[in-house]
Amino acid sequence: MNEIEKNLLKEVAELDSIPVGAYNIRSNGAPLMRNSTENIDIVPKTDKPGIDIFIKAGTKGESVHIPVIISQSGLKDLVYNDFHIGEDCDITIIAGCGIHSCGDQETAHDGIHTFYLGKRAKLRYVEKHYAEGEGRGKRVMNPTTVVHLEEGAHMEMETTQIAGIDDTIRKTEGTLNENATLIVKEKIMTTGNQFASTDFDVDLNGEGSSTDVVSRSVARDSSRQEFTSRINGNAPCAGHSECDAIIMDDACVLASPQLTANDVDAALIHEAAIGKIAGDQLIKLMTLGLTEEQAEQQIVSGFLR
Amino acid sequence: MLELQHIGFKTEEGKDILKDISLKISDRFVAVTGPNGGGKSTLAKVIAGIYRPTSGRIIFDGQDITDMSITDRAKLGVSYAFQQPVRFKGLRVGDLLKLSMGKSMKMRDACDYLSEVGLCARDYIDRELNDSLSGGELKRIEIATILARGTKLSIFDEPEAGIDLWSFQNLIRVFQKMYEHTKGSILIISHQERILNIADTIIVIKDGRVERCDSRSAVLPELLGSADGNTEFCSTLLDKNQEVTRSE
Ligand SMILES: Nc1ncnc2c1ncn2[C@@H]1O[C@H](COP(=O)(O)OP(=O)(O)OP(=O)(O)O)[C@@H](O)[C@H]1O
Ligand SMILES: [Mg+2]
Repeated sequence: MNEIEKNLLKEVAELDSIPVGAYNIRSNGAPLMRNSTENIDIVPKTDKPGIDIFIKAGTKGESVHIPVIISQSGLKDLVYNDFHIGEDCDITIIAGCGIHSCGDQETAHDGIHTFYLGKRAKLRYVEKHYAEGEGRGKRVMNPTTVVHLEEGAHMEMETTQIAGIDDTIRKTEGTLNENATLIVKEKIMTTGNQFASTDFDVDLNGEGSSTDVVSRSVARDSSRQEFTSRINGNAPCAGHSECDAIIMDDACVLASPQLTANDVDAALIHEAAIGKIAGDQLIKLMTLGLTEEQAEQQIVSGFLR
Repeated sequence: MLELQHIGFKTEEGKDILKDISLKISDRFVAVTGPNGGGKSTLAKVIAGIYRPTSGRIIFDGQDITDMSITDRAKLGVSYAFQQPVRFKGLRVGDLLKLSMGKSMKMRDACDYLSEVGLCARDYIDRELNDSLSGGELKRIEIATILARGTKLSIFDEPEAGIDLWSFQNLIRVFQKMYEHTKGSILIISHQERILNIADTIIVIKDGRVERCDSRSAVLPELLGSADGNTEFCSTLLDKNQEVTRSE
């Protein structure tokens, strides 16, 4: 692995070296390193690019790292990863994709991740998207996350896209059975002429199921963002979605939340707030001796923490 | 130390909020009081640079700061604790203290400043400065940030607002300690007799003008004595005064 690749790995997976436990590192469209453990089996797919990850029922406290790095400009990578998580598991999966592109051609990664969580399984899923490089070619990422939660399953998804990605269409879909919970915390920042679209579709099918989808974003320069959410309450359930955006310069943010209640006991809420940084926040930090730019910087990085 | 020369402030709609305010503040502990809407907070904001006066000059330590930005005044040594502290999504109590100190903060420093205002650092340092903090908590954190800055001039805008009775005595102690242990000057906007009671000088601002500016011993009896007179402010103050005497 060269320095560029090592740096990408650090950015997206906070890895300084080979991770402990199960992992699969994909580099420039091909598997690079893989390790299965007693409870976690990683099997390459035979019909298409990608892997199947099988986690034995009852596995607790273990983690899986599946970073993807691309340093070859012009590459278009498509990968299908399926996660089969047994009943009563309690685990962490750290995914992420880093692109370093110096060329003039478009470099892209499309990752389609499907999760099957067994009854009462608990998962924390952390995903980071990052790109860098001076090339004129666009850096594109289109992650799709499909989540199936069995009775009592609980998934928390933290997804972050902070820098360097020119074009992204993010899709997240969830189907929840009885008492299942899906929590999503998304953070996005776009700059320059970047475009980001994020789209959530959650079906609350089981009684007692709940979801909380929170997207915080900052749009700077002439970048554009679109937030779409559809929460369907098909049973007595609780759904909350929130789009909280800071808009700066000539940026544009569009939020289209949609709630459908098909059951009288479906409690659904959406909150959307789009606006510039509050003037009194800037002033407060300036009275502490920060310049306006420094104040802005602090407010934005706090907001996206 | 601070001199205001004929300060006037008009809103964009042309309403006169401050009218020809001239003051020379040399004492280290000054209290500003007066009826609601009299212009106290506006005056504090003019000193901190948040509002530009429409006329007059501000001299700080011999330097004309009238045209200086908020940031430059802050760097020069002016601090202002807001009457209504600002909430931030994402920023934490620890971040604000760190920014206030302007250097890398040690847990012990944060602990010192927070415990001064009666908060346990362990419980608060990682709390977000968002709607989840109570009004009183936010107010105390605001005071702690000013203590952490330790500048030449510290302005507190109604620091007692929202602070419960038990803590009130501690709050007074915070100001007394600040007075004894630092070289800085303190300017407190307050409606509380117990705070006015520890000031060297009391300034009364009413209808955008300085109504009174003199030593505590000269001004305080007048304020309390005129209660059976006319102004609503003074009777409120006397009620408070009697309440306090009764409870003590
Ligand atoms: N930006 C503004 N635009 C219009 N009017 C304003 C503005 N700021 C303040 N005022 C008015 O100026 C007057 C003085 O306000 P200020 O907040 O300075 O009063 P105060 O003495 O601090 O009162 P309080 O004791 O209630 O805090 C009030 O009548 C207020 O409504
Ligand atoms: Mg006021």
